[in-house]
Amino acid sequence: MRFGEFGGRYVPEVLVPPLEELERAYKEIKDDENFKKELDYYLRSYAGRPTPLYYAKNLSKELGMKIYLKREDLLHGGAHKINNTLAQALLAKYMGKSRIIAETGAGQHGVATAMASALFGLKCRIYMGAEDYERQKMNVFRMKLLGADIVAVNSGSRTLKDAINEALRDWAENFETTHYLIGSVVGPHPFPTIVRDFQSIIGKETKEQILELEGSLPDAIVACVGGGSNAIGIFYPFVEDEVRLIGVEAGGEGIESGRHSASLSAGSKGVFHGMLSYFLQSDEGMIKDTQSIAAGLDYPGVGPEHAYLKDTGRVEYKAVKDDEALKAFIKLSKLEGIIPALESAHALAYLEKDESLRGSVVVVNLSGRGDKDLGIVLEALR
Amino acid sequence: MIEKSLIIFLPACYPDRESTLRFMLKAEADLLEIGIPFSDPIADGVEIQKAYYEALKSFKLCDIFWIAREYKKEMEKRLILMSYYNPIYRYGIKRFVEEAYESGYDALLIVDLPFDEAGEILEVSKDVGIKNVFLAAPNTNNERLKAIDELSEFIYLVSTYGVTGVRKEVSKLTFEALKRTKSICKKPIAVGFGISSREHVRMIFNAGADGVVVGSAVVKIVEKFGRSADEEIKKFVEELKSYQTP
Ligand SMILES: Cc1ncc(COP(=O)(O)O)c(C=O)c1O
Repeated sequence: MRFGEFGGRYVPEVLVPPLEELERAYKEIKDDENFKKELDYYLRSYAGRPTPLYYAKNLSKELGMKIYLKREDLLHGGAHKINNTLAQALLAKYMGKSRIIAETGAGQHGVATAMASALFGLKCRIYMGAEDYERQKMNVFRMKLLGADIVAVNSGSRTLKDAINEALRDWAENFETTHYLIGSVVGPHPFPTIVRDFQSIIGKETKEQILELEGSLPDAIVACVGGGSNAIGIFYPFVEDEVRLIGVEAGGEGIESGRHSASLSAGSKGVFHGMLSYFLQSDEGMIKDTQSIAAGLDYPGVGPEHAYLKDTGRVEYKAVKDDEALKAFIKLSKLEGIIPALESAHALAYLEKDESLRGSVVVVNLSGRGDKDLGIVLEALR
Repeated sequence: MIEKSLIIFLPACYPDRESTLRFMLKAEADLLEIGIPFSDPIADGVEIQKAYYEALKSFKLCDIFWIAREYKKEMEKRLILMSYYNPIYRYGIKRFVEEAYESGYDALLIVDLPFDEAGEILEVSKDVGIKNVFLAAPNTNNERLKAIDELSEFIYLVSTYGVTGVRKEVSKLTFEALKRTKSICKKPIAVGFGISSREHVRMIFNAGADGVVVGSAVVKIVEKFGRSADEEIKKFVEELKSYQTP
């Protein structure tokens, strides 16, 4: 239930029974052969797993290290999010739920949720901050095409955290029929564990692939951290190994500017969205608005397991700024013919900032593709 | 602490701390419940959300203590402090509970802190002398109800599934839940969330509740009349209290 002191289940009483129901169902199902077989089938034939571990030789030459990219960008929907949404939607079906709700920031998790819901014949409603709804018109349209009903959330800062608030409110009312398909390793127990387990397939594949390609484990693994699901997904199978693990947060306009989303680098302990973790908050415990060029990293908290891995020192957490991520976005496009998501570009940008990585073997989790970001990048380059 | 009590909820510092204090003194409730504004009130509907956002434009936590101190200079009635957990956690649990108690709050209700997570708060509260109130909901099983009955000064029974907010009707679920909770718990039971009219109050007292909490309906009056809502609130509370006269 906890990772050290972090995690927990800080929710209104009405949400305790649905969380207990979910925990029981997950325990029952996770080792069930039918469930595993069915999920494996959809991950392969629908989502496109396994994803390649690609040796990026041009970028490697440029940066003076051996760089492998875990190509989650090639998955259906264009990001790692589908690993989690297929699995949770299937879990919801096994639980007898007929309706799915989810939050989304940029729309990636919303799209992946809408896809899984369409596939399994579940009703789907996506909550999206009104500001994001305006900024991400194309993804809104994609979700609508996929049959989801999209609600623009007008409360608070009108962004991702408010979308989560609204999804929690919906769940408190409709839990009997509805599964809340949370999009990252955040929220009350058991969500952080469930999402971590479902995303760990990234790390499991990576381990097999790198052992085959290199004959040994990599020196370092680098991943971007919003809520932390793609990062924990690739880190988790390596936690007991002698591999440097580096999580990269969104430094926005710089930590000192106060306009960023780096809750591990610059936040403090708090209790929010059902979990004890690190948050960006005021002295009086009000949750702050955040800032990042990558909408998927624009969240004032982080999963509790990351908070634990930070405090134990097992994982290093760093911040990369908007402009650095933008440069890496362009560099990978030019050198390798791969347009990365702006989120993933944060992980790529870190490679250049760390001298000690030179000459080593590094795996970067390319969590998504950049098509969704073209408008933002075009605007930023003006 | 409660006995056929009408409990009125007011969000602190909406629209400012002086007004909140005046509303408290004017409203002839049996008990008052004061809400600490929070940036992300996940258990609240639109009325209280709006009030909190508005209050937060100038809110300081120390206002909470000021309000209770000033109120207790004039009135003896009990005060319940309602909050989300993070402002308390951030302030320092011990320091917060001590100051809350010293300033005049008699009980503490933390919306997003189920009893399983409340170990530290319970311990500190016991040392300090402040009471704790926990929520129960219609889907709370008997085992949890028994645990809540042990720890809670009274049971705050949430009337339905969902969040706070004005509702037109009291659902069947409320009466079923009240009946079951009464059969399990020894402590008094107050029903809250969505209770908005004199008729609702009458129905819930008649069903055997020891307390009824009215919140969002009062917040709407403040929204409409602002700083000069005093008389309207007084009138509304009088109307609610006269639920027995036909
Ligand atoms: C491509 C991509 N990478 C990363 C993230 C950040 O989420 P997480 O930290 O949970 O992996 C997102 C979120 O939308 C995303 O779309």
